[in-house]
This record gives sequence, C-alpha cells and structure tokens, in this order.
Amino acid sequence: MLKHILAGAVALVVPFTAAQAQEKVLRAVMHADVRVIDPIWTTQTIASIHGMLIYDTLFGNDADLKPQPQMVGKYEISPDKLTYTFTLRDGLKFHDGSPVTTKDVIASLKRWGAKDGVGIRLFSYVTKLEAVDDKTFKMILKEPYGMVLESLGKSGSSVAIIMREQEALTDPQQQVKEAIGSGPFKFAKDLWVPGSKAIYLKNKDYVPRPGNEPPSSFAGSKIPGVDRIELVWISDPQTAMSALVNGEIDFYEAPNNDFLPILAKAKGVKLMMTGKIDSTQGMIRLNHLHPPFDNVKARQAMYHLINQEDFLRAIVGNPEFYRVCHGLLTCGGPYENTGGSALMKEYNPKKAAQLMKEAGYKGEPITVLFTTDHNTITPATQVLVQAMREAGLNVDAQSMDWGAVVSRRAKKEPPAQGGWNIFVTTTGGVGASNPVLHTWIGAACDKGLFGWPCDPEIEKLRNAFAFAQTDEERKKIATDLQTRAMEQVVYIPFGQWNTPLAFRADKIDGVVPNTGLAVLWGITKK
Amino acid sequence: MTAYIVRRLFATLPVMAVVALFVFFLLRFAPGDPAAIIAGEDATAEAIAAVRAKLGLDRPMVEQFFVWMLQLAQGDMGVSIFSNLAVTRLISQRLEPTVALTLSTLFVAVALSIPIGVLAAWKARKLVDRLVMGFAVLGFAMPGFVLAYILIYFFAVQWQLLPVQGYRPIAEGLWPFVECLILPSVALGVTYMALIARITRASMLEVLAQDYIRTANAKGLATDRVLLLHALKNAAVPIITVIGIGIALLISGVVITETVFNIPGLGRLTVDAVLKRDYPVVQGLILVFAAAKVLVNLIIDISYAFLDPRIRY
Amino acid sequence: MTAITDDLVLPPRRFSLATAIRRNPTIAFGAVLLAALIIVGVFAPYIAYSDPFKIAPVNRLKPPSERWWFGTDQFGRDIFSRTVYGARVSLIVGLSVALFSSAVGLALGLLCGYFRKVDGIVMRIMDGLMAIPSILLAIALITLTRPSLGIVILAIVIPEVPRIVRVVRAVVLSIRSQPYIESAIAGGTKNTKLLLRHVLPNTLAPLIVQSTYVCASAMLIEASLSFLGAGVPPEVPSWGNIIAQGRTFFQIAPWTILIPGIFLAITVLAVNLLGDGLRDRLDPRLARRL
Repeated sequence: MLKHILAGAVALVVPFTAAQAQEKVLRAVMHADVRVIDPIWTTQTIASIHGMLIYDTLFGNDADLKPQPQMVGKYEISPDKLTYTFTLRDGLKFHDGSPVTTKDVIASLKRWGAKDGVGIRLFSYVTKLEAVDDKTFKMILKEPYGMVLESLGKSGSSVAIIMREQEALTDPQQQVKEAIGSGPFKFAKDLWVPGSKAIYLKNKDYVPRPGNEPPSSFAGSKIPGVDRIELVWISDPQTAMSALVNGEIDFYEAPNNDFLPILAKAKGVKLMMTGKIDSTQGMIRLNHLHPPFDNVKARQAMYHLINQEDFLRAIVGNPEFYRVCHGLLTCGGPYENTGGSALMKEYNPKKAAQLMKEAGYKGEPITVLFTTDHNTITPATQVLVQAMREAGLNVDAQSMDWGAVVSRRAKKEPPAQGGWNIFVTTTGGVGASNPVLHTWIGAACDKGLFGWPCDPEIEKLRNAFAFAQTDEERKKIATDLQTRAMEQVVYIPFGQWNTPLAFRADKIDGVVPNTGLAVLWGITKK
Repeated sequence: MTAYIVRRLFATLPVMAVVALFVFFLLRFAPGDPAAIIAGEDATAEAIAAVRAKLGLDRPMVEQFFVWMLQLAQGDMGVSIFSNLAVTRLISQRLEPTVALTLSTLFVAVALSIPIGVLAAWKARKLVDRLVMGFAVLGFAMPGFVLAYILIYFFAVQWQLLPVQGYRPIAEGLWPFVECLILPSVALGVTYMALIARITRASMLEVLAQDYIRTANAKGLATDRVLLLHALKNAAVPIITVIGIGIALLISGVVITETVFNIPGLGRLTVDAVLKRDYPVVQGLILVFAAAKVLVNLIIDISYAFLDPRIRY
Repeated sequence: MTAITDDLVLPPRRFSLATAIRRNPTIAFGAVLLAALIIVGVFAPYIAYSDPFKIAPVNRLKPPSERWWFGTDQFGRDIFSRTVYGARVSLIVGLSVALFSSAVGLALGLLCGYFRKVDGIVMRIMDGLMAIPSILLAIALITLTRPSLGIVILAIVIPEVPRIVRVVRAVVLSIRSQPYIESAIAGGTKNTKLLLRHVLPNTLAPLIVQSTYVCASAMLIEASLSFLGAGVPPEVPSWGNIIAQGRTFFQIAPWTILIPGIFLAITVLAVNLLGDGLRDRLDPRLARRL
C-alpha cells in the first residue's frame, strides 16, 4: 500500500518538473471519461476513441464510409470472393519495440470476432483464418459475404484493433491488463487518473501510410500532430464550455446545444460540424416480450404519439442542428429511404389511445425506465412520458440513473418483476446508416438487443444486404428492410440531430470532421 | 496522555467495523449492476452475465464480504471494477487536491469568520452585530454551487482574473497552485463562515461576561488586549469543536465544489464511483473518510487538553 | 384580611403581541417569513397560474416577462409555478426531516443518557454513522431504491439523527447526575415517570433549537443531492431540482437558478433566525444577558 502511495506521489511530481515548455499538448474534453481501456471488452464509445489513439487497424473507413487500407499494404480478393489475402505494411511495430506479425493480427481478430456484434456476424462466415508468413495471412469464407472490409474498418465501437498476441489471447470477457498497441500514440498508464484525465504520448516510431494521404475519418496517413494528448474529463458542461472560452482546453467534442450561441461568438473558438452522416438518432425501444407491446397493433399505435419536433426541440433546441427523420436508416445516408415512414406521418394522440384500446390495452401501468442523468435521453424521456400521459395512458415512470437503466433493460422478466416496457436510448448515425452495421434494426429474437423483436424476415433481409452485388440491389433491400422493420416496430425513431464540436482555432489546426468516432491524431498545435 | 491516545485508537475499531459492514451491504443491495455499466451501451444480456461472473459478483454476499475483509487485513483495498487499478492508487492520486482544497477552505473560513465573530461579540446587539451575523448566515443559506457559479461567471469568465476550473499540483509552481484554489476555497469557505462566526460570537460573549474579564477591565487593561489575549484563549474550546464539526461538513461540501470546479479529488471520485456502482472504490473511500474523521476527532480532543487545563485525561 | 389578600394578588399579566415582538425580534422575523412561505406552499394550486409539469419545448428558456413571471426552463415549464410548488416539496423535506430526526433522536438520546447499557452500543453506532460524510451516505441510500420523496427524506434523516442524539444525551446526562434525580431513583420512583416528568421537559428547548438547524440543513442537502443527480425525481419541482437542472444554463438563463436560489436562501435564513432567536430566548445562561 505504501508503495502505491509513494508511486502516486512521484508520478504526480516527476513529469511536471520536466521541461515541458516546448512540448505541444492538446487538451481535449470528450463526451465521457476514459474508464475502461479495453475497447473489445466494452462497447463504450470512449473506449474505442482511446483505442484508436494507441492501436492501429487493418482498414479504416473514410468519410464516405468506404474502407481504405491502414495496416494492410496490399490485399487480394479471389474472383469467387471467398478468399481474402492480406499483406501487412513494412515497419509496423508495437510500443514495446516488437514487430507486428500475423500471429498478433489473427489473435486480435479472433478476440474481436468473439465479442463485437459486427465481428461476430463476419466470423459466422469465416471458415479459416491462417497465416501464410509473418506478414501475410488469408481469410477464407464459406459464403461471399460482402462486408468484410467495411467491418474491419468500421468507425464505431468496438473497433477492430490489433493488439499483441499475448493480450489478444485474453478471454474476451475479461479486460486486457496492458494497453500496448502499434498506433500513433502511446498510453501513459502511470499518469492515468480515471475520472479525471488520460494522457497519450506521441509514438515517435510510428510509420504512417506512405504518400502523406490526407486524413479522412479513419483513413489516410495517421501522422501524430502533437507531443502529448490529454483527454480531460470535465463533468459539468458549463465549466467545460467556460474552460474552452478561457483557453484552458483546446477541443470540446460534444458541447451542450444551448452553449452553441455563446461558443459561436467567443473569440478564437470555432464550431465545426462533423462528417456528413455523423449524427445521433433517438430510439424509443419497446419490449416485445410482454404486454401490451407484445401485440404489433399496440406498438404501431405508439407511432401516433410521437411528434419528432417536440423531442428535437427539447433535446437540441436550434432547428439548425436537427432534422425530422421518419425512418430507421440514417437520413442523409446512402441507404435513406421512405419505406414504412407513412406509419409515422399522423400525429394524433386520441387515435393512439383508441388503437391501444382496440389492441387490448385496458389501462394497465406501462413501465418506462426514466433516466435522470443523461443530457439527451432525460429530456427525450420526459417528452415521451408527457405525450403518453396526455393520451390517457397509464404510465409508471421509474426514475433511475443511466447505470441502473443499463442493468434493468437487460432483464427479460415481466415489468412487474423487475423488467420494463419502454426505455429510451440513442445510437450513432454512422452505424445506423447501414443495415448490417445497424445492430438495433435487427430482430434476432432472444439473441438480439434489448426489446428482443422477433422477425426472421428482417434478419433474412439483413443477410441478403451483405451478399448483394450491385448498389441498386442494396438500395432495394434497404427499402424492403426498413418497411418491414417499421411495420414490426423494432423501435420508434424520435429524430436525428448533429451538433458541432468546438475548438480553439487560434491554437490548433488539422481538425478533421469525423464520420463516426472522433479523430485526434492529425491535430497540430500552433 | 499516551495511554489515553492508545485507548481512544482502540475504541475506534468497533466504529470502523460498523462503517464497513454498513457500506458493504448497502452497496450490494442497491439496484444497478456494475457489470452492465462496464459491458457498455450495446452489450447483450449474456455478455453482461459473463462479466459479472468474471468479477466475482455472482458469489453469495457473505462470501464477498469475507474476501474483502481478508484483503483489507493485508492492506489491499482491492481494484476498481472499471479501470482495474488498485483502489489505493486511485485514492493516493486524488488525495493531494482534496487535502489542498480542504485546508485552504478552512483557512479562508477561519480567517474570515473569527474576526467577524469577535467583532459581533464586541458590538453585541448593536446594528453592526445584526448586519455582520446576517451576512454570515446568508453565505450559509445559499446552496454552495450557486455561489460557485456566480463567482466563476464574474471572476473567471467576465473579468478573466482567475481560471475557470482545474487543479495544479504544488509541484507545478506556487502561484498556479494558489490561483486554482482561490475561487473554490471562497465558494466553499463562505458556507462555513456562519457556523464558525456564530460560535465564536457566542463563546466570546460568554467569556466576556465572566468575572475575571470584568476584573481585567477594571484594572485598566486596554479593551482590545483584553479581548484578544484573555477572552479568545478561553473561548477557544468551543471554537475548536466547531472547526472539527466543520471539517466533517467540509467533506460533503467538497464533493459539490470538486464537481463544479473540476478538481480531481476524493469527493468526485466517490460520487462517480457510487453512481457507477464501483463497489471496491466506494468501500475503500468510505473507510478512508471514516478514518480521517476519527483522526480529526482525536486531534481535537488532544488539543482540548492543551487549551483547557481543566480538562484532564 | 381580605384587603391585604386583595393587595397581594397581582393583577393578571396581559399578553401583548407588540411587546413580545419587540422583545424577540429575531423569533418574530423568522416566524413570519417561515409562515409566509408555508402559506405559499399550502396554497400553491391557487397561486400558481399554470401546471408546473407541463412541457412545452417551443417555449424553452424564455426570460421573465408578463406571460411567464419568472421565465421558463429548458423544457418550457413555467418557473413561477414550479417555484411556488417547489415551496411545498422543499418545506416538506425540511420539516419532515426535522420532525423525524427529532423524534428518533429524542427517543435514542433519552435512552442513551439514562440507561448505561444501551448507551455503549448505540453511541458506537452513532459514531459510525457520523463518520460517514452525510452526502455520501445519502447518495448511497438513494441509489438503494428508486428515487422518491420518501427515500430522499429518509436518506437525509439518517445522517442527522446522531447529531440530535448527542444534544439530547448531553442534557439527559447532566440532569441525571443531579442529586434530586439520584435520590428519586434511590427512593424507588419509576424510571418512566422520571423520564417523562423531569428529564424530557428539559430536553425540549435544545431539541427545538437543534431541529430548526436540521430543517435548514435538510433543505440545502436536498438541493445538493439534486445537483449530484441523486435527489427527488426530476419532474418533481423542488427548489433543489429546479436549481440543479437549470445550472447548465446559468450563463444564458440565470433566472433558472437565481430565483429559486433566492427562495431557498430566504427560507433557510428564516429557519435559522427562528432557531437563533429561540436559542437566545430559551437558553437560561444567555437569556440573563439579553
């Protein structure tokens, strides 16, 4: 114990007495604090942001969501699309100096493929993953799955990072003990204060993609722009905003919507909208297992209660930053369509109440999990509960913090015994633009996500999408899929919004509008 | 005296045991599951269950308790469920900011309130007394974070005299350290001004009415010498008592102040840990706080013995 | 004979309100303020002109005006109505906490001060409870079950009880050691009679004074709990909740914090004044000097 105290004291003192006057430091406040450092073990977005700083990936999706090679130098796909051969670039090394070999890559992919939803789906088609030599390996599929590269390069959590073999062999249900990757930054674990700050030091031995390719989301040459990145956690949004205005921090990933006018006027501060489809989509998730929402007619009745404008106004305020989207696939994205959206066009609470009655609803309490401490989900839930009450539905709103909601939504028991009927959440627009990557549109019954919608037709369509050969085919499948999913009410969308990030344009350069997770490696300090 | 100290230290053991039991079972009975929080936004029920098993959270509670007790006996407070770092390391990382904030707040509070209390006692029942005491209570009446926001708005944002947030360890230089602590100490210290000022006033009044003070006055000693030398020294006991109580209250206030000013201290660590159900961290912290409180009480009791010769152990 | 007796009978003292107020200005001021706020709380439905729960996002963060006297919050809810209803919640929290903690504290204090055997165990537990910082105890208790008004009150009562137990116990101890009590016990008087007739009345004065401070402190703790996200459910209008939810908007809509903050401060002030005044009046040592 004494050792820890001494080590802590020394760790506090030593780095600050070192000459840091010339060091270029980027101070960034993200939407959450870095608590867990294993991006495969958890699906938390912040863990993947951390992961992308210190690890590297085989591919990286660019701003148009097209996969581009990162660690991979060249690759070949066999004509029957069943064999993929990948060759790693030269000079790739882990932070401890050891070279990156196919042993590490295969072990890492297997771990990712055992835990991440998209990875699990990919690996269900993989028959073999074998190394040809230290730099080349083959992936052999049983069917011509069309989303191999997109999955490997995906810019949402959990990212398909490559770790050293010894960490990659850790059971996916346990955290890795070390944070050693081959990415552009190194994690200074000794300086990490969970809940306060996480420190990343430039990896001087990093070999970026040759040719100085301009960064585009996760693609392009990743050249570390500063000597040190400090991911600082400021829990109070107002304090964070004031800190940015005062110059105490350089980059603010998710400023509160109401502060945007102040930030727009502040000297030296610039607002930047993130990539085209980067957005957040609101979801009202109904529990298909228990009454009243085990009846599809009752679920469809709920559509008439939702006026997206009310929700978006309460969450975002400024119409510049939101849009009404009566669909499940991200509006503005490549597969946006109007399938099923007619179901949402009529806002009529009286009709909703009547349809509920016709579906057999007799006034039993509907249990809504009411998050109290989330800055977008809380207002959204309040609007929902009020709309339901005004329609005359009997709402049992159970207040709890987000942590408690996360636990309770996993329970399949009836609401009266610790389960639930409705909860509200959000998902990222980038993942939600693609039927395969959009996990919440699935209907895999018991194996699916909370709410457990069950419809084999939807899963069939999602699979078909992955195997479609032409874009036309894909668009048609997407339309059919959304129509079906809206009819089955896998969830009710309450709107789409995108708010800019804010940074000190007078202090930093090279901020890239991300499509998916935030990209920090190219940022330079003036 | 040594015997007294040793006896008192032993007497704290059952208190700590009560605290440990209470905290442990309280946390375990709470709804909300650290495994689900860890597993992340999109995890399935099976993934969550697997995480729970790996963390040992599905063992019977009594067994978990004994495991914890055994660890404690070896000086090991366990590891955080989230970050996998040792609880002792987490606590030691955050000790300096909280101690610095507590001490500077105490300094501000005492430096402001004792003179106020003395002044109010001297001019008892006159307008000055009423005004001064009213002002002190106003500081106490406002919720701490409201005052904090007002101070930040004027001193940091508008006039740009002081930083908005953050904490700089003293190793980075004396002025950066001090400037980050000024606003938080004032915001927090003002809250305790009323308490200390009121007790100072009351006990000064009591002492001033004592016979020996009147004798000193009659002898012709100047008023302020009389006040300072004789009265204050005798009024010290209740004042020290209340400062001791103040330290306990400070911990509660520190939690709010650390949140608003983004000071990475123990208060925020505790709130974060409770809300995320990071059991080992919460358990360890509450033990540390309890131990600190007990220590403070002991120091106060000992200082009584020095200040008041009538009290002997 | 009658004449002498008549002369010795003093004329009945007439109670004059004016004199009472003049003699105890602090008590009067505090009591009047508190009474005014209680009236506001009780008659809230008649004073508030709109539904404090009604969300209208189209009206969010409007400054005070003729239509919304205190402006609106981030959901478009009218702050005047919420503040008026908030008086209810905050006062209920303050008064209930004071009442329950006094009741429990009195009972425990009497028992501890009087019966040696009980004293040891109970005081250890009280010390244990006091060792845990009250706000952390409250947060931990509140996350035990779903947040509701009752749980919040309970969570604030528990850390306050030890304080009251100490005060009551100190009084009981000092009385118990008095010679007349000792001889009464020796003479065989029942304990309950002694407790109720002689000990209890003496504890009332300090108890009342202490409970006013507990009331004030409870209201502030409730605000802090709401600030940390562990208070009454967010749609319930308590001053603490209104301030906590409005805090994010302090720089763009300060009325959301300042107005309920002023109400809270005035109430705490009123209760404190009442306590101070009562203490000055009821404490025999200080009363001499006034």
